[in-house]
Amino acid sequence: MSHKASPLNKKFWTPGVYVMLVFMIAGFLAIIARFTGGIGYVSNLSTARPWGLWVGVDVATGVALAAGGFTTAALAHIFGRHSYEPVIRPALLTAMLGYTFVVLGLLVDIGRSWAIWKPIFFWNVNSVLFEVAMCVMVYLHVLYFEFIPIVVEQFKGKVRMSGFLSSFNAPIELFLKVADAVLDKTMWILIILGVVLSCMHQSSLGSLMLIAPTKIHPLWYTPIMPLLFLTSAFAVGYPMVVLETTIVTSSFKIDSEMSVLTPLTRITIFLLGTYMFLKLGDMFVRGTYVYLLDGTYQTNSFLVEMLLGVIVPWVLLIFKKTRQSRIGVFTAATMIVFGVALNRINVFIVGYTSPITEAGYFPSIVEIFVTLGLIATLMFIYRFIVTFLPVLQAQQPIASEEVSP
Amino acid sequence: MQLTRRNFFKFIGATGASAAAVPSSAQAWESKAPPDPYGCLVDLTRCIGCRKCEEACATVNNLPAPIKASCDCTVFEKKRRPDENAFTTVNRYFSGKLDVLDKPAPTFVKVQCMHCQDPACVSACIVGALTKKENGTVHYDVSKCIGCRYCMVACPFEIPAYEYHNPITPEVRKCTFCFDRISEDGGLPGCATICPVEAITFGKRETLLKLAKQRIKSDRNKYIDHVYGEKEVGGTSWMYVSSVPFEKLQFPKLPETPSPKLSETVQHSLFSYLWSPILLFGLLGGIMYRTEKKNENSQESQDKGGA
Repeated sequence: MSHKASPLNKKFWTPGVYVMLVFMIAGFLAIIARFTGGIGYVSNLSTARPWGLWVGVDVATGVALAAGGFTTAALAHIFGRHSYEPVIRPALLTAMLGYTFVVLGLLVDIGRSWAIWKPIFFWNVNSVLFEVAMCVMVYLHVLYFEFIPIVVEQFKGKVRMSGFLSSFNAPIELFLKVADAVLDKTMWILIILGVVLSCMHQSSLGSLMLIAPTKIHPLWYTPIMPLLFLTSAFAVGYPMVVLETTIVTSSFKIDSEMSVLTPLTRITIFLLGTYMFLKLGDMFVRGTYVYLLDGTYQTNSFLVEMLLGVIVPWVLLIFKKTRQSRIGVFTAATMIVFGVALNRINVFIVGYTSPITEAGYFPSIVEIFVTLGLIATLMFIYRFIVTFLPVLQAQQPIASEEVSP
Repeated sequence: MQLTRRNFFKFIGATGASAAAVPSSAQAWESKAPPDPYGCLVDLTRCIGCRKCEEACATVNNLPAPIKASCDCTVFEKKRRPDENAFTTVNRYFSGKLDVLDKPAPTFVKVQCMHCQDPACVSACIVGALTKKENGTVHYDVSKCIGCRYCMVACPFEIPAYEYHNPITPEVRKCTFCFDRISEDGGLPGCATICPVEAITFGKRETLLKLAKQRIKSDRNKYIDHVYGEKEVGGTSWMYVSSVPFEKLQFPKLPETPSPKLSETVQHSLFSYLWSPILLFGLLGGIMYRTEKKNENSQESQDKGGA
């Protein structure tokens, strides 16, 4: 457990990275098209369907899947389970990048991107979106501050720039030293604040649609939407860490951290179980099960969300065998992540109808390119950061003779 | 990370003090509707579908002229919705009603912003760019707008339209209730000035509601007993009377609860004075302090942990 996080120092340019680069370029071109022709030029959004892929996936799903950051921070730092330390930094990095890209996605989606600062000065405390925006804004900065110690660790006492930049060495060193000292004393505030802010806006994202009772399909529209969003964010946090750790450790061919992932999935049984209980209970209390077999694509999407995304992975995780196998844990985690992502897509896109015009919506190819481009850029930066900064712990190859003490 | 005893109690003290300031029960939701707003009553039994209101609307709001049709039949073939260049549209419906010659009788319906008494868009707007004015207008202030389009998501009537083809400075566009004109004494909205059959009556909402009920009472065979907009989503400034059930005319069936009630109740009971975040902060701080202390006791020489 005592091995320390360190930069991977592996080859950065692999074939996979080139694939990412292609998506990044496509996304970049799509964004240029959006800012020259307008949202209407590139997207299928309309008066009846004002929110589409960018809000449903880039923002709502992005926020949900970044929940690994605050859930692991709470577990290790607040509840003192220090054995989970190895996954804290990667989860923090995912959250930091995730929220950064939520904001970038928003900048593409909102009509007046240059006016994004206005909610800081023009408040509408009745607006759910206002609260979400404030929380996301503050939380993003909390995440950046939480990440500073990782940068400090890498560079403190080692700033040696040459040439005319050398005169900056001393001031930068001083800055790193001060930042280190200040953050060391105040980090606990940031950690708790991060958890509090996350609980606030994760739930409020679910309150967003409460104002449109006639537009959201009854299978999703319930007064407890905020509670469902909060509990599903809790439930998806650790599976997201599992998914990401498994992908990263396979991609870099490093130790797969099963000693941490197995107990994480055990906690997930409880968290996902709570969400499942609330969701099924809500369905029975409101009697919305009458829709289940009506065969519409909305109902089918709900069935897929519940069965493949919640019930099956929960049952899988009950078995010890699943939790101890790398494939089993990965499969269950992937299904849970899929289920929560589909839930956000269902609430914001599939379950949304325009009662008067009954207008449909399917994202345009350019909308899809923007979203894929942003995701590829996120992964690119993630890879860059773990290559050069101390984020991942298991830097030893699997075959190494070193055994954890 | 360091959570010293002193720091911790300083914070918990502040937490307790602010939590104590919270009123014990969240206040019940109250309507913010103006007491004596203006409104318009549209009598669908009178409308002949001349679309002069569309023209007048375009003129007073500097909008492109609406589609002219020498013959009414073509323009009514498709249902048109208000959009960024037309704040009102008139559509034709055949509800199965027959005229005196036993031919299908059309019903014409003018559509525009309903200027709700407790508008969903106003509650939703992240920056308060949309406001409900004392005179009943739901007013849009572009200088605050960021273009999030939550107003469009929230509107139960699918009214706010967007300048999707403007890449940098798009605006939300909808009927203004001719705010400037009706703010002057004796001023009327453009559409109400021109109607040749007096299908649109402008006045105080209370007066119009009485008038509507009078008309229904005076001719029970002609009118159905429903003033659309009296109670829908808590009431709207624009109201309709008709001889044909409203569901046959693409009027959405809406609850009587004002749209913002649920979300505002949830938000305010959870977050007024930030009581729940402050409480949660204190609670988590307490747990963290305990676990830190336990860890210190169990292993004296613990490495300083990063974030």
